[in-house]
Amino acid sequence: MKVDIKSEGTSAVAILSGEIDHHNAKEIRSRLDRYIIANRPGELAIDFRNITFMDSSGIGLIMGRHKLINQCGGVLEVRNPCTYIRRVFKLSGIERLVKITCEK
Amino acid sequence: MNVINEIKFTMPSLSVNESVARSVVSSFLIQSDPTVEELSDIRTAVSEAVTNSVVHGYRHTKGKIELTMKLLENREIYIKIRDKGCGIADVEQAMEPLFTTAPEEERSGLGFSLMQTFMDKLTVKSTVGKGTTIIMRKRLENNGD
Repeated sequence: MKVDIKSEGTSAVAILSGEIDHHNAKEIRSRLDRYIIANRPGELAIDFRNITFMDSSGIGLIMGRHKLINQCGGVLEVRNPCTYIRRVFKLSGIERLVKITCEK
Repeated sequence: MNVINEIKFTMPSLSVNESVARSVVSSFLIQSDPTVEELSDIRTAVSEAVTNSVVHGYRHTKGKIELTMKLLENREIYIKIRDKGCGIADVEQAMEPLFTTAPEEERSGLGFSLMQTFMDKLTVKSTVGKGTTIIMRKRLENNGD
């Protein structure tokens, strides 16, 4: 699991690569939280284009980051989940809280 | 129903084995030529069940998780995940969507919901102090042979 975070002014994009499950969610959480607390981005986009698997641990991860970034005055966006992950998001109802976009 | 193939795989309750279990599932299912969606569904359901054993069943202890997979006639997949962890006091409550006993760990409470959605049948049996057994079944579509 890789986490690459790039700043773009007051925004940032975190590109995750690999699988998201309970085992590695802690590391992803830790990396993202360190960045959010230190930099307080107005907008953080988490890019899922390189994520090959995600179970419900990913939902908890997104919800936790959404809560934290809101507390720090920013917003979270999820980008480019594959069809199957998009299905998991839809089943969880997370789309009601977090913006999810797909680039074509 | 006749069993065409069967494996039994035992692993310690280490979180890294959530991924190992998924790999075992993929390897076993290849012989049935599942669709991409079927493979994703079953891998996710197994990941949820194994994670439940790691996070909840063996929360304060370590133990073994047993994964049994069977390929039955008629392209039905049978999966059993068994642990000898702490067990679930109220299975009905545990299966309610969004219910979790570990919110501080950012657990979403969606594990059983995803298992129910992605598999055709789900049975959960548990005894407090003895462990939990999850049995899931899914019939794969005909692969056009």
